[in-house]
Amino acid sequence: MATIGSFIGVVFDGLAYGSLLFLISIGLSVTLGLMNFINLAHGAFAMLGGYAAVVAMSRLGIPFLPALAIAFAVSGAAGALLERLLYRRMYRATALDQVLFTIGLTLMSIAAATYFFGPAQQPVRLPTLLTGQVHVLGLELGTYRLFLMAMVVLATLTLTYLVEHTRFGAQVRAAVDNPQAAVGLGINVERVFSVTFTLGSALAGLGGALGIDVLGLDPTFPLKYMVYFLLVVAVGGAGTVRGPLVAALILGVCDVAGKYYVPQIGSFVIYAVMIALLLLFPAGLAGRRA
Amino acid sequence: MSVLPTLKWNRFEVTFWLLPIAAFFLFPTYLTLGSQILIAGLFALSLDLILGYARIISLGHAAFFGLGAYTAGLLARHGLGEPLSGLFAAAAIAALVGWMTSFLIVRGQDLTRLMVTLGIGLMFYEAANQASSITGGVDGLSGVEMKKIFGLFGFGLDGKTAYLYSLAVLFIVFNGARALVRSPFGLSLKGVREGERRMPAIGASVRHKLVAVYTVGACIAGIAGALLAQTTQFVGIDVFGFQRSADIMIMLVLGGTGYLYGGPLGAAVFMILQDYLANLNPVYWQFWLGLLLVLLVLFARGGLMGALVALSGRLPGRAR
Repeated sequence: MATIGSFIGVVFDGLAYGSLLFLISIGLSVTLGLMNFINLAHGAFAMLGGYAAVVAMSRLGIPFLPALAIAFAVSGAAGALLERLLYRRMYRATALDQVLFTIGLTLMSIAAATYFFGPAQQPVRLPTLLTGQVHVLGLELGTYRLFLMAMVVLATLTLTYLVEHTRFGAQVRAAVDNPQAAVGLGINVERVFSVTFTLGSALAGLGGALGIDVLGLDPTFPLKYMVYFLLVVAVGGAGTVRGPLVAALILGVCDVAGKYYVPQIGSFVIYAVMIALLLLFPAGLAGRRA
Repeated sequence: MSVLPTLKWNRFEVTFWLLPIAAFFLFPTYLTLGSQILIAGLFALSLDLILGYARIISLGHAAFFGLGAYTAGLLARHGLGEPLSGLFAAAAIAALVGWMTSFLIVRGQDLTRLMVTLGIGLMFYEAANQASSITGGVDGLSGVEMKKIFGLFGFGLDGKTAYLYSLAVLFIVFNGARALVRSPFGLSLKGVREGERRMPAIGASVRHKLVAVYTVGACIAGIAGALLAQTTQFVGIDVFGFQRSADIMIMLVLGGTGYLYGGPLGAAVFMILQDYLANLNPVYWQFWLGLLLVLLVLFARGGLMGALVALSGRLPGRAR
């Protein structure tokens, strides 16, 4: 019974973890599919959201939920600004240039975070409403993790509606499928991209703020989780909401289960899964143009 | 008239190799930094073959550097401290693993390759971390005791032997690589770089060439790692780190890809800057590094070699 209980606990933790990965990576997935742009600095937007929430809570005394909104807004604004000023110049660049450019941004963000906040992990005080455990069918489930999943369900429903039932969503889908034809149809692909980039950065910021309790928050955040974000995108495919969601949940459960049951090989599991999946889809990466 | 590029040396190349010899006499107190530069230069050279000539973006090249370092380090720790055989063993292991993993690399496109190389690098880091009874884990591998080179030259504290040994190895390997990229094989690599889709039409297998050049690159990276282990008589787990893969890529791009000389040149500039700036504050160094990278991409695509070529127009032509 204990083993089944712990198994459910592992799956539950894995799902919560995967939910966060999804929230942070979804923006990367869309921008990668849309512009073929390899943005290794995506994690920096999540980190920015995390720090924005910490500052809002500890220095300005703002409660947790409004602080999440601030994280969303700050990262979105930063994304919009950087897209306008810097990223836009790099869309036509080679993959190598994009990689170097975004590694450069990542290193700068790490140094800046260390300068302003120091190298230590940032603490987060959750409202009492969200701490503790809930008893469901004899199982003890963390309230905060349930809250995380609820947020992701909400985000997924919103995004699905946005992508599948609005005019803007149709433009995004058209641009991912065939940007040239989309331009020919009078869709302003650049504007679509700006908006999705902003939205993706904002969601990453929200994920970063929500994840302080689960993923932690320190200046090395963008590098530490880079593989995970890339993996969600690579396996999930671009331009849909469901693909990255499924990929992120599988990844979350595999990672937590691997670290729980075979701690001696630890993160190995996830890298092995990654390479195996990439080999099973040699042409890439489902839904992505070669 | 031969259509192959000649192996004759021009003035730039002679000057280039006179510099480290001059440095040996001019800066005797900086020989340790000098050895580090030469080793990084060799490592950057190995990446140049993969990145500059085969256009494979690798974020995990440190895997081979680390393999070489641990091979040489472990041999020496267990009594087999003869330097040259350690180099050969490291080269062989790195080449073997490079060859095996190359099949995973050549399959995909840029993003896939980037992630597979990244994943392989991280796996080796984790393996070295977990197998701490063999590798020493995060504490590093100590007790590496080197014998004398040819039984004559010991690695002393003044760093003279380490410097000259590194320089000799760099020189020999560099010339091998130089001959390689000017051979028919090197020309076919250029063909792959310029028109990957057309190469099969003239009967050349892109796949085989990428496998071959990736293996050679891994082998040279292994030699560089072995040099580091032997000259410092220590192996830290950071030899497998992502930072090392990123740093070496930055050095290469700073120097300029696709010239062979770019790697060593970029390594020298990078490490002298790092020695100066990181002593002020390591955190700032990372910031300047990032900024440098962004500016390089936006404004100076060819790196230092590109600038030199543009200035003189007489330098060893980038094989276009």
